[in-house]
Amino acid sequence: MFDFKIVTSWIDNLLRVDLGLDNFWTLAIEFILVGVALLAAYALIALVLIYAERKICAFFQCRIGPDRVGKWGLIQVIADMIKILTKEIIPIKRSEKLLFFLAPFFVIIGSFLTFGALPFAKGLHAIDFNIGVLYILAVSSLGVIGIVLAGWSSNNKYSLIGAMRAGAQLISYEISAGLALMTMVVLAGSMQLSTIVESQADGWFIFKGGIFALVAFVIYLIAGHAETNRGPFDLPESESELTAGYHTEYSGIMFGFYYVAEYTNLFIISAIATTMFLGGWMPLHIPGLDGFNQVMDYIPSAVWFFGKCAFCIFLALWVRWSYPRLRIDQLLKLEWKILMPISLINIAAVAVAVTI
Amino acid sequence: MENLKEKIQAIAPSAVFEENTQVLTVDVDKNELHQLAENLKNDESLAFDYLQDIIGLDLGDALGVNYRLFSTKNNNQALVVKTKTDDRENPTLHSVSNLWQSANLYEREVYDFLGIKFIGHPDLRRLFLRPDWKGFPLRKDYDIESNPVTLKNESVEEFEGSEKLELDSNGHIKESNFQLFDDKDYVVSFGPQHPSTHGVLQLRVSLNGETVKHIDPNFGYIHRGIEKMCESYTYPKILHLCERLDYLSAAINRHGFCLCVEKALELEVPERAVYVRTIFDELTRIASHLLGWASMANDMGAITAFIYGMRDREKIMDIFEETAGGRLFTNYSVIGGLMQDIHPNFQKRVKEFIPYMRKMLKEYHTLFTNNPIAKQRMLSAGWLKIDDAISYGVTGPSGRASNWHNDIRKIEPYAAYNKVNFNEITRENGGSFDRYMVRLDEILESLSIIEQLIDNIPDGDYKAKTKPIIKLPEGEFYQRVENARGDFNIYINSKGDKTPYRVKFRSPSETLVSALEPTVKGEKIADLIMIGGSLDYVIPCIDR
Amino acid sequence: MKIKSIHIKNIPNEEFKDNEYLEQYVEELKKNGTSVAVTKLSDLLNWGHSNSVWPLTFGTSCCAIEFMCVAAARNDFARFGWEVTRNSPRQADVIFVSGTIVKKMAPVLKRLYDQMAEPKYVIAMGGCASTGGPFQSSYSVVKGVDQIIPVDVYIPGCPPRPEAVLYGMMQLARKIKLENYFAKERLEIKENVPLAEIAKENKAAKQEKAAAAK
Repeated sequence: MFDFKIVTSWIDNLLRVDLGLDNFWTLAIEFILVGVALLAAYALIALVLIYAERKICAFFQCRIGPDRVGKWGLIQVIADMIKILTKEIIPIKRSEKLLFFLAPFFVIIGSFLTFGALPFAKGLHAIDFNIGVLYILAVSSLGVIGIVLAGWSSNNKYSLIGAMRAGAQLISYEISAGLALMTMVVLAGSMQLSTIVESQADGWFIFKGGIFALVAFVIYLIAGHAETNRGPFDLPESESELTAGYHTEYSGIMFGFYYVAEYTNLFIISAIATTMFLGGWMPLHIPGLDGFNQVMDYIPSAVWFFGKCAFCIFLALWVRWSYPRLRIDQLLKLEWKILMPISLINIAAVAVAVTI
Repeated sequence: MENLKEKIQAIAPSAVFEENTQVLTVDVDKNELHQLAENLKNDESLAFDYLQDIIGLDLGDALGVNYRLFSTKNNNQALVVKTKTDDRENPTLHSVSNLWQSANLYEREVYDFLGIKFIGHPDLRRLFLRPDWKGFPLRKDYDIESNPVTLKNESVEEFEGSEKLELDSNGHIKESNFQLFDDKDYVVSFGPQHPSTHGVLQLRVSLNGETVKHIDPNFGYIHRGIEKMCESYTYPKILHLCERLDYLSAAINRHGFCLCVEKALELEVPERAVYVRTIFDELTRIASHLLGWASMANDMGAITAFIYGMRDREKIMDIFEETAGGRLFTNYSVIGGLMQDIHPNFQKRVKEFIPYMRKMLKEYHTLFTNNPIAKQRMLSAGWLKIDDAISYGVTGPSGRASNWHNDIRKIEPYAAYNKVNFNEITRENGGSFDRYMVRLDEILESLSIIEQLIDNIPDGDYKAKTKPIIKLPEGEFYQRVENARGDFNIYINSKGDKTPYRVKFRSPSETLVSALEPTVKGEKIADLIMIGGSLDYVIPCIDR
Repeated sequence: MKIKSIHIKNIPNEEFKDNEYLEQYVEELKKNGTSVAVTKLSDLLNWGHSNSVWPLTFGTSCCAIEFMCVAAARNDFARFGWEVTRNSPRQADVIFVSGTIVKKMAPVLKRLYDQMAEPKYVIAMGGCASTGGPFQSSYSVVKGVDQIIPVDVYIPGCPPRPEAVLYGMMQLARKIKLENYFAKERLEIKENVPLAEIAKENKAAKQEKAAAAK
């Protein structure tokens, strides 16, 4: 299987040996390269996801979806982005100016930082922390600050209600999501994402971990879905109640940030689920079937990773387009009375099982 | 009947019974009105518990008011109580809003249009027009040009407070002030532009966290002055305005107005037209309920369900288009019959549609009704008790969900409804889920009505001969029809001209919105939107 | 003047009916000193704008139902990139005035329009929004929304059929393609002044300028 380490170490070698740069400059150039690559991936993934969601949603709704701009409407999203980039940004008269303009960046930075730690393919990894899971949990919850700030600073009642809902919702569901991931950490015995992926070489956790992993996976999907603020958990935005929720007052590119972050968050949640439960970029291996395993190894690791992500995203879209929105009390009841107790029991059970 | 007359005479000695009227009509002096109303409402043997409408009209030297009452306990006995003010300059009447909740909005409407002040009304603000509007449009001496377009915003203070007239212990009128909200209330305004108010309605809601404390609907953002326009239009012209009231029950409203005029003219309508009209009514009802279902689902965040409803509604639009030429507005019923004969494909298309719709209803139940989130939400909020439903005048599917048997197709059968077998769908509990289910079950019932009629459309003329200029005899005419939202009543006051003297439409949606107050109080914001969807009102019908 | 062919979603120019109108529009723009789309960058921006016009969910009466039909399965305006109906005016590009506008609603509509971010467009859908429609003789109806806000496209009908709405939307897309994003004349927003009066003032000022130049 192709290891992306070959590429990265070649670049490193090129800079250090062939160009003879010292350590500082090598690192500086590498950081910039990684940054640009991640930014490009970020934008590309958002574009693809927006297109995919429109087409899939159209499919669910007996419609066609975008099909006039480019072949099959493929460049529709680019037109949208051009439009959003050139729209006027309206400063709101009685808003908290600094916070108002800062808020979208929190959301973007929150999701962007997570990108750095995701193992996209074998060896394709910006930073491999030994506390990767903890890091991902920490930075992915930065977004809630952006949402609450947006609601608070907009000087709009809808936004404020949306922000309060977001605060309650995201912080609650963070717990279940974290506990579900911890279950997997207990199974893997490590918080390092690369180790977790490697330890699934002989079978993904969802198969290996038995009932515990399955429960954790379902809980993580629900909680993760809730963290992306998408239906049926789109209470902070709830279009039919609060017009556009926390980002009611945002226009132009500021709104574009929220719009894009929604999709990249969806990708991030799916990517984490893939890494922790579905074996990351690890191909499907069935112990005992060597021929089958070898064939599976020929498929590049990136395809495995993105394929599994696509599967999780499709699940999320399926739910989003067929379920109505929850109400705030139902939402909190689901978390505090159902998901959290189950995940606590689950993690305790796993700990016992692993010790035995 | 005689018994009733005697009783009324005993309570109000000044009462005069009018001769040769469609319904029992009694004239009383304005000072005896409140006394009579109180007895009519509270006396067990009379029990007029449903105030259907208050009709204000300009009588020239004074301003008159007709109260249209029904007794749901006594076989839906109807009664019209008429009274008039002393003069035009300072017209006052006693409010009956403490007896019937529905009077609250109706009296505000009469005040708005004619300037009659109701003593004892808790909240006498203008209902449809801006607080700074000059004049009262339904008075005959109103100058149409007197209020030019202004872009000045309405002042919030003016529509949040008003002066209030009350009687003190000595019988003198004293003025006091009325304030809608406390200074400390967190008031959120839903609308006029809001995705889920189903039109341009403003709901001002004071909140306690997510919980609704108090709700105040503000109408008039689509008040087009249809009733005033009717006074200068001939009867065939008014038909078009009827359709544009409740545009989702367009064909039914139009049918109702035709029926009212035909009844006044004593015109015999050919059977063929009667059958086709009934089928059109039921198709319209299905289309309307489909849209109601779709938009309720949309209000709850299920956009796919919305698209499904719209998809199947298009099938009905196709049938309409083939026969009548119009989609939303069919322009099909005319006075005396139909605009043209049905299209040869009509019966075939309708018969294809019936099994299709039945199949789709099952899909709706799988997709939305049995969805755990949807079901839990609908089952947990929005209760309306039967007494409240009658007092607020909540008719139609929403009233029937509270177990009030109010289907006018059963009470006063019109068109071909006495020739078909159908059940009146009612449910016990009066919750959001009941209102939702009544609507879906009524689609099935409508399908069965159509099934019974479609093969039996008699041959013959589709239109009776009418005079080129239609003049109604002098008098007052009422016609109730069951439109998709409830009791739609048409009142025509004719002086024998080719134009009516006064036309009043009773909008079923108006009472639906007023019933938000008891249903929504104490629920969450999300439920406010959902309950609004379950009541399924159409705003242009309210504002007229 | 012959304007360059404006291709919209692969539909040739000849398929559209009133092309002279667009030519007049370009001439008028030129006469007023506004440059018409010339640069490649401007072309690119116009391509983006015309292919991604997000409508505001706004409906007052009957036309709103037909607007919903356009959005739903049979007609599906998502095909043309009009998919995302926004509920917040800040994020919308076009406002479909679908239904009658009455005098009580007029200030609200003006405010909605002011709340939208540039570049913004208005489509008057149906008879009521265009001229007052069947309610011309009413005491409370605004006889055409162009008295309050500038209208780009009028769609006749009561209510217009979904096909008519699609046609009107494409006409708007064609109009957007003619614009120069960098030189778009933006109306100065004045509080509480009807548009008709602002236009009059602008015209008078322009004539004065022209007289002074001579």
